[in-house]
Amino acid sequence: MMANTVEAEGQLTPDEQKRLTSDMHRSLRRKKVRALFLVAPLLIFIMVTFVSPIATMLFRSIDNPQVSEYMPNTTAALASWDGDSNELPDEATYAALVEDLVVGRKNHTIGKAATRLNYEKSQMRSLLTGTARKAARLKPPYKAQLIKINKGWGDIDNWRVIKRESKPYTTSYYIAAFDMETTPEGEIRMLPENQRVYLQMLWRTVWMSVVITLLTLLLGYPVSYLLASLPMRVANTLMILVLLPFWTSLLVRTSSWIALLQGQGVINDILVWFGLVNDESRLSMIYNATGTVIAMTHILLPFMILPLYSVMKTIPPSYMRAARSLGATPFTAFVKVYLPQSVPGISAGAILVFILAIGYYITPALVGGQTGQFIGNMIAYHMQSSLNWGLAAALGVVLLTLVLGIYALYSRLFGGNNQMTLR
Amino acid sequence: MALPSYAGPLETFWYYAFRLFCGMVFIFLITPLLIIIPLSFNVEPYFSFTEGMLEFDPDAYSLRWYQEFFASERWMAAIKNTFIVAVCSTFLSMVLGTLAALGLSRSELPFKGLIMGLLISPMIVPLIISAAGMFFFYSSIGVSQSYMGLILAHTALGTPFVVITVTATLSGFDYNLVRAANSLGASPTYAFFKVTVPLIMTGVISGGLFALMTSVDEVVVAIFIAGAEQRTVPMQMWAGIREQISPTILAVATMLVCMSIMLLSTVEYLRRRSEAIRGISAH
Repeated sequence: MMANTVEAEGQLTPDEQKRLTSDMHRSLRRKKVRALFLVAPLLIFIMVTFVSPIATMLFRSIDNPQVSEYMPNTTAALASWDGDSNELPDEATYAALVEDLVVGRKNHTIGKAATRLNYEKSQMRSLLTGTARKAARLKPPYKAQLIKINKGWGDIDNWRVIKRESKPYTTSYYIAAFDMETTPEGEIRMLPENQRVYLQMLWRTVWMSVVITLLTLLLGYPVSYLLASLPMRVANTLMILVLLPFWTSLLVRTSSWIALLQGQGVINDILVWFGLVNDESRLSMIYNATGTVIAMTHILLPFMILPLYSVMKTIPPSYMRAARSLGATPFTAFVKVYLPQSVPGISAGAILVFILAIGYYITPALVGGQTGQFIGNMIAYHMQSSLNWGLAAALGVVLLTLVLGIYALYSRLFGGNNQMTLR
Repeated sequence: MALPSYAGPLETFWYYAFRLFCGMVFIFLITPLLIIIPLSFNVEPYFSFTEGMLEFDPDAYSLRWYQEFFASERWMAAIKNTFIVAVCSTFLSMVLGTLAALGLSRSELPFKGLIMGLLISPMIVPLIISAAGMFFFYSSIGVSQSYMGLILAHTALGTPFVVITVTATLSGFDYNLVRAANSLGASPTYAFFKVTVPLIMTGVISGGLFALMTSVDEVVVAIFIAGAEQRTVPMQMWAGIREQISPTILAVATMLVCMSIMLLSTVEYLRRRSEAIRGISAH
């Protein structure tokens, strides 16, 4: 547009005009490149140290190398076998299996394939490792001998499982993460009620996070209102009581809740001393869901108060006074005038607390006992104790999807102005 | 928000009930931090007050757990590790985060939303997921169980705080000041260090303190990727609380509370100073 004006005045030749435009473009491009150069170091750093680990985890949840890598001959032989045919594989497949078992035992790799297959069907591990011990002494033909060593080799379902898991990628970790199983015929169905673990755990995590979010809102809303309406000097002093827990180590706060809540702890001692509770029937407030909820409400409360406070600070007190002077009762004035204006603070605080709560691990592990564990504890269990890393990764992806989904929903609903900043 | 003179009895009741409720919430917030201070001086290995403590018997109090802490090689090694990792990762976070914030605050930057999303993603992704992913990836590239791995991980977790605080500081930044410096003959580098840096320093430092606190307090990623050699203070506390809980933990906790009081005061001081510089009255 500027170029047009200049042309109308007839001060620039078309040549000069072209040069001016290209100069401007070049300068803009240079500015873009300069801005990108400033961002690039951190962007590359985060891509390498953070984004690629998350991508590795995504990959882990579908990666399935064990059977095809450690039983290559069996994998190749089974490729031509029709699993739906109701006939056992041919002698060549049994010979391939024996070869894999002998090599696998020598290289100590058969255990990995056996563990992998055991996730799909119990007793597969003992079937493989048990046979592997005897495989070296066998002479062809193998089929009848193997079935004699272990009836499992005559069970067509076991062969179907091996064939299914010899593919390099699998959805079976996700199937397990949703408490489902694949039948030998290849159908996916829910596990029996009493064997379901993860859906129940996920549901409990969501449900307890909702309870914690509501509790922090219940406790945090009045406090934020008070802080926003008090004179600045008093509010700043009281704010220390909110900020000090915020700045204190998570482990410090968790251990002090252990000191407060445990059977021989401070609160039970006080209750017994006042005679409110019998010494024999001390309250069990920790190592269960109650302990997790109390400790996490305390830990996450500042994350609710800070965004609420920063929004409430911007609501002019004159609106409430105006509503009152027009005849509204305090209750009506609050509900009709104040509450709607504080909604951005409520939503920002709630989403922050909920997202933080749903991924918690440390506090539930320390004070949660049996009933207060979260899905994060399940992930840690499979990472560190059961070493079923594929399942841990799948559960991690489920949790990550949930968190990102909630976050996306929040930014859809409440628009661009991101309140998730710190003060 | 004083009680208005026209308030009726119901409103008066509400007014005091409301204040009482808020007072109780404040007690709920602060009691867990204060209660551990006297408990850490307990002469007995209990997590509760003994009768002697309630009677203020001097013999019921001791520095036993503090002595145990300072005499323990494990704890001292943990302090050293925490210090090394925290200082290195905070420094890296401050440098990388400030540079990125300077780029992000330029209007010419393309794909701003996407870049910002990626840069603050370590803050949004639950720690347990970051920890699991880092465990897989860092062991595959051979930096798990090393200082290097832990420093890289903590830097990634700390940078979002620096990016956010410095971007916020820059949003109120008057670029005319830099132009003025340039017009007066300062080179871009000179103008950057003499004009821009002093003005955004408060943001850089408070972001750095958040990053420092993240590293000092971080335990989830640490227990997944650090080895016994790199055991940090939070890892030692985590192990201590899980294995057998001794009041040494409370002595450490008390010292950490004192540290957070110091950090909080610094951040508050910086915030007020930055508001004063930007012409926003603190009162």
